[in-house]
Amino acid sequence: MLAVRNLTKLFGSFAACDAIDLDIRPGEIHALLGENGAGKSTLVKMLFGVLAPTDGQILWRGEPVLIASPAAARRIGIGMVFQHFSLFDALTVAENIALSLDPGISLAKVAEEASRLSHEYGLPLDPKAHVADLSVGERQRIEIVRTLLQNPDLVILDEPTSVLTPQEADRLFETLAKLKAEGRSILYISHRLEEVQRICDRATVLRRGKVTGACDPRRETPATLARMMVGSDIAVVSAEGTNARGEVLLEARHLSAAARTPFAVSLKNICLKVRGGEILAIAGVAGNGQSELFDALSGEYPTSEAASVFIRQKPVGTLGITARRLMGAGFVPEERHGHAAVPALSLSDNLVLARSQSDRKAFIGGGLLGIIRHGAVKRASARISEAMDVRKSGENPVAGSLSGGNLQKFIVGRELDRQPAVLVVNQPTWGVDAGAASRIRQALVDLAEAGSAVLVISQDLDEIFEVATEIAVISEGRLSDAYPARELTREKIGLLMGGMYGKTEAGEAAHAHRA
Amino acid sequence: MRIELEKRPQASAFYSVLSPFIALFLTVIAGGIMFALLGKDPFSALYGFFVEPLLDIWSIHEIAIKAAPLILIGVGLSICYRSNNWNIGAEGQFTAGAIAGSIIPVVFYEWHSPLVLPLMLIFGMIGGALYAAIPAFLKAHMNTNEILTSLMLVYIAQLFLDWMVRGPWRSPDAYNFPVTRDFAPEAILPELVSSGRTNLGFAFAIIAAIALWFMMRYTLKGFEITVLGQSQRAGRFAGFSSRKMIWFSMLLSGALAGLAGISEVSGAINKLQPIISPGYGFTAIIVAFLGRLNPLGIVAAGLFLALTYVGGEAVQLTLSVSDKVTRVFQGLLLFFVLSCDTLILYRIRLVLAGRPGAAQSGAS
Repeated sequence: MLAVRNLTKLFGSFAACDAIDLDIRPGEIHALLGENGAGKSTLVKMLFGVLAPTDGQILWRGEPVLIASPAAARRIGIGMVFQHFSLFDALTVAENIALSLDPGISLAKVAEEASRLSHEYGLPLDPKAHVADLSVGERQRIEIVRTLLQNPDLVILDEPTSVLTPQEADRLFETLAKLKAEGRSILYISHRLEEVQRICDRATVLRRGKVTGACDPRRETPATLARMMVGSDIAVVSAEGTNARGEVLLEARHLSAAARTPFAVSLKNICLKVRGGEILAIAGVAGNGQSELFDALSGEYPTSEAASVFIRQKPVGTLGITARRLMGAGFVPEERHGHAAVPALSLSDNLVLARSQSDRKAFIGGGLLGIIRHGAVKRASARISEAMDVRKSGENPVAGSLSGGNLQKFIVGRELDRQPAVLVVNQPTWGVDAGAASRIRQALVDLAEAGSAVLVISQDLDEIFEVATEIAVISEGRLSDAYPARELTREKIGLLMGGMYGKTEAGEAAHAHRA
Repeated sequence: MRIELEKRPQASAFYSVLSPFIALFLTVIAGGIMFALLGKDPFSALYGFFVEPLLDIWSIHEIAIKAAPLILIGVGLSICYRSNNWNIGAEGQFTAGAIAGSIIPVVFYEWHSPLVLPLMLIFGMIGGALYAAIPAFLKAHMNTNEILTSLMLVYIAQLFLDWMVRGPWRSPDAYNFPVTRDFAPEAILPELVSSGRTNLGFAFAIIAAIALWFMMRYTLKGFEITVLGQSQRAGRFAGFSSRKMIWFSMLLSGALAGLAGISEVSGAINKLQPIISPGYGFTAIIVAFLGRLNPLGIVAAGLFLALTYVGGEAVQLTLSVSDKVTRVFQGLLLFFVLSCDTLILYRIRLVLAGRPGAAQSGAS
């Protein structure tokens, strides 16, 4: 169906894709595997006409083609569902679909066609619903239906399950099976090995812009696939798990916060407790209030009531982030660039960013002048780099020059270096390579074992099961009760993500927590 | 063929030093072409513009007098711009400072005391700061765009000054000219050296530049300014308040512009009149950027821009060209400085057409 020969894309001297060969046969689900930054997105952007290749050829049904634009890609029969949707919240489903079609087709006809297709493929959609009222899973269905309306022979899906609950993902897989049965090909991009093994016929693995393996994923084990992706074995995180529970160090009591922007989620009556020695993981699909919860717990946006957040049993709801740090709390936000770190500043300056007040004695001198002791800061930042195995070019490079994984190790290490009594981490290993991810997770486990309370907000269920002692689920700004990690299954978490938890389960949980 | 800008992996240290000089060079070339088109000999014009003023002691003093307000305003603006607050209204704060500082010598002209001058300077700083507080308040609490509000306030300040000198503050002994009474001797900023007119204002400018350079380079406050300028969110994570930074940077730059205003009136003009500035507040924006928003760089840039004022006046006389020539030079300079800065972050590459199937497909 589609073949790629020697396809290369250079950004400056950096080869995002280096001489890639790829064959997709009719009627197969082909996986494109690789870590973040391996070149998956660059490759599919070239296939869909978003980027122009520097060198190499794309063959469509055996003929060399130039794909100059997404419109050209659609014309020859390539459709793509992006990871980030491009939908207008204020418009209805049918209107959004009509926007991507030729003008002149009546809205009624679009709606009719869309609902026919959506039923045929098991993607229930109400054409008259407003996008703003739909869940992420439903929004993704609009994108898929929109793509299918163009009757493509090849559908490219970029990380489609990263925004879905396990149940929604199962539904999507059924749809994909149906498309495959009709003889359409699917290029499925993912870094989730389990999914790929479940639904894909063949897989191409990318690492640093090169093809490092082509295989039948069903004949491989997750370990062999991971090795192809990463290039080496990954250390397994070991959680001994202490049973000795300390006192409650972090607590939220009926924490509510209004949404700050029209696109934010409001927090509704959130209660949680983390004891010393515990790791409470908060699972949930992206955009369900995770960042808002982080903001409220860290004090970046304090709440109006002091008694909504407690650190070491003192009410801190109205205090800012500096005051909370001084009480022994550390924070790691989700976004590295421009939130946890300033890319254009050096690592040592980025150390001052988080610790100018908590380590005032060590880092700041000169009395009222407040002179930064660059020597002391540099020594501390070298110590952190050493402890977390941060790989960098030069002594004290700018943060932006580090890879995502290495910068994240520094950002986590910056807090661990203080031995915080409370650590709140939002998406600790988002977009981080597997080696760094396992290093970071181990560090979180070690911190809890040393007696600190750790709260991990994560979308990655594998990560949650690796580190958590307790698990709660956030959905539309509400938090479920916390359950001991060994009692939960993926399916149960999936149900909680959908917001379907009742009173009886809450009773059970309270019981379990006491045990 | 087309030109591509390619992002460098890291900012080029080489070009960040060289780019102001490339800009200068290009300005001189463009200026030479302009003189040639005006029918003047470009070489003698450029010589008169840039070299001659440096050759005699009188014009060197003139350069220092004109550089003082440019530097004083420019270093204040650099703090604003570093922290992502776009104060464009320094000209208005300069005027407000001049008016506030003149209250004592104009209204209480019969009071003679060594305290007069220090009080005038303090009033000037307060006046400039209060005037800058208006856009600061509007931005911090109403989320208005400070570029627009600070700029529009310039015209209000200038017209208010105009009204004051024609109305309430007009001197009774000036034959109906729109000026205030002359300042008493103790209200006049003393000269710095015996050889010429350079006054204490120049010393203020140098002290302010060094103090702010120290702040930016070594202190936590400087760090806060840099962080908030680069990323508000990271600043919030660090516990810095961008709202307080709006106030800090606007009041600081307003106060320095106000100090420049009263120093100019007290040191160089000795009274208030409808026009007290040849656009120092706007030219200081060029100075701030030409000096790379670095207080010490701004000292050099301020001296250079002052040279364009003095050189402009000189060629106006000798070659009888318009006084707009100076403005054109300053505009050219800002244009080239900003465009040469592209070289720091980007590499320029010429892409020749004709590589089959490659880069062209995107453009076709």
